[in-house]
Amino acid sequence: MSTPTLPNECVPEPADQPSGAAVVFEDVHLAFDDNDVLRGVSFQLPLGETKALFGVAGSGKSTILKLVLGLLTPDSGRITVLGNEVTQMHEQDMFPLRGRLGIVFQESALFDSLTVRENVAYRLTEEHGIYDDEVDRRVRESLRFVELEHTLDLFPSELSGGMRRRVAIARAIITHPELLLYDSPTGGLDPVTSNTIVELIMKQRDVYRTSSLLVSHRLQDAFTLATHEFDPGTNQLRALPRGQYCNVPMSFLILRDGKVVFDGDIRQLAHTKDEYIREYIS
Amino acid sequence: MPLTSPTEFAKEKVQAVQEYTVMAAASVANLFRKPLYFADMVQQADLIGFGSLPIVVLTGFFTGGVLALQTANTLQRFGSITLIGQLVSTSMVRELGPVLTGLMVAGRNSSGMASELGSMVVTEQIDAMRALGTDPMKKLVTPRVTASVFMLFFLSIISDLVGLAGGLMVAKLFLALDARQYWSNAWQVLEFQDVFMGLLKPVMFGFIIATIGCFYGMSAKGGTQGVGRATTQAVVAASVLILVTDFFVTKLLISVLSFN
Repeated sequence: MSTPTLPNECVPEPADQPSGAAVVFEDVHLAFDDNDVLRGVSFQLPLGETKALFGVAGSGKSTILKLVLGLLTPDSGRITVLGNEVTQMHEQDMFPLRGRLGIVFQESALFDSLTVRENVAYRLTEEHGIYDDEVDRRVRESLRFVELEHTLDLFPSELSGGMRRRVAIARAIITHPELLLYDSPTGGLDPVTSNTIVELIMKQRDVYRTSSLLVSHRLQDAFTLATHEFDPGTNQLRALPRGQYCNVPMSFLILRDGKVVFDGDIRQLAHTKDEYIREYIS
Repeated sequence: MPLTSPTEFAKEKVQAVQEYTVMAAASVANLFRKPLYFADMVQQADLIGFGSLPIVVLTGFFTGGVLALQTANTLQRFGSITLIGQLVSTSMVRELGPVLTGLMVAGRNSSGMASELGSMVVTEQIDAMRALGTDPMKKLVTPRVTASVFMLFFLSIISDLVGLAGGLMVAKLFLALDARQYWSNAWQVLEFQDVFMGLLKPVMFGFIIATIGCFYGMSAKGGTQGVGRATTQAVVAASVLILVTDFFVTKLLISVLSFN
């Protein structure tokens, strides 16, 4: 796959994104036994932006997502999520914050003993005090978003891999989280299903302006996200003219040996002189 | 297989005991923190209690029966065959009812809990639960511990009763003893100490069964093979711990309650 050729001229439009950062990593170190996974990782995810995380297998991409959620604790460094310093928080205090986040796991991680309806409704039923009618309406709304309304009473084992991934997205977005984390949402899927998932991620970004971190191995997914926008009118993706790429709230972060070797937008990525990155994206 | 140094091995074991203690304490402390998953407790009580009823009834009945058969010969030699009701009663209520019920439920439920929770761990469902804002200790561990303690108490009582019925069957059919005399002896010999011991033990065994099953499940590693290993370890550890605890509790209660 080739890197998109970009013009030097880009006309920024007045930004309507909220200011501030959804996630801030400051000099984060993490090792498992003798294996240094992250060695001084620092980056920011501005509110409303989607950042795609790339790197070879084992470079610490999924670990970053688990650190954001507080499922892992770093050895040193600071992590701030939606204004809360998670590195200083106790597990019990993390639960309310996690309620403001959504995650799509690599293997979907749906509860296999619950139906699709129960999986998607999980957060709402845990919150208590929400009437069954309201839960049902929101479950249907979420499943309609991923076009799987007809699977309500099926179990995860009865769904295909792509459908499971879409149900996981529906479960993640049902409470309209402020930050979404996608862990290889298109991994192992066929190109048609992958495109559907990318479309859903873009729809969430452009319609609800949700900040998100996207771990992926497929550069073409991230390039699609960086060069297209979702058109709510036609309910389809729309390719942007080259001069408007800089207006897409999308950036790239590349990890190598536990360090950030690139953090920037698609134009910076296309014009990078770094040999490793050029080889990686070529 | 890589060799582990004795120091590392000892450290691992101490850490495991520490983690188990923290988990066991949290499972009780969670009863006093909201939310309380009452529906999950009822569901687990049904699975553990009602689901274990057939094996507990069968085990209790035939244990009572075989106890009567085995002791009949000795009692006959001393001309005390009529005391068979007393012997079956004290043995079942003090010891065999709670211990055998504990071992049966451990075999069935410790393994079930370890495999269920272990599968959830290796398929990231526990991480998903935490990520969705639910504390797995509250949602999964506390209901299992509560249900096990509660249901084992009643299962032991049932086991004692059917054990006595098994003894009665042997006494009546094979030893031609009077049923009324059997029941009368069995009932009258029981004192507060016997009943107290017989009802305290299942509470402790229920706690061991659930906490050990959950601990091995929650610490499962290494895919399906790891889940299998956790399941086996849970049954072995729970069974051994039940027998060890039984010895020390019996010794303690005998000293404290000053049995004759």
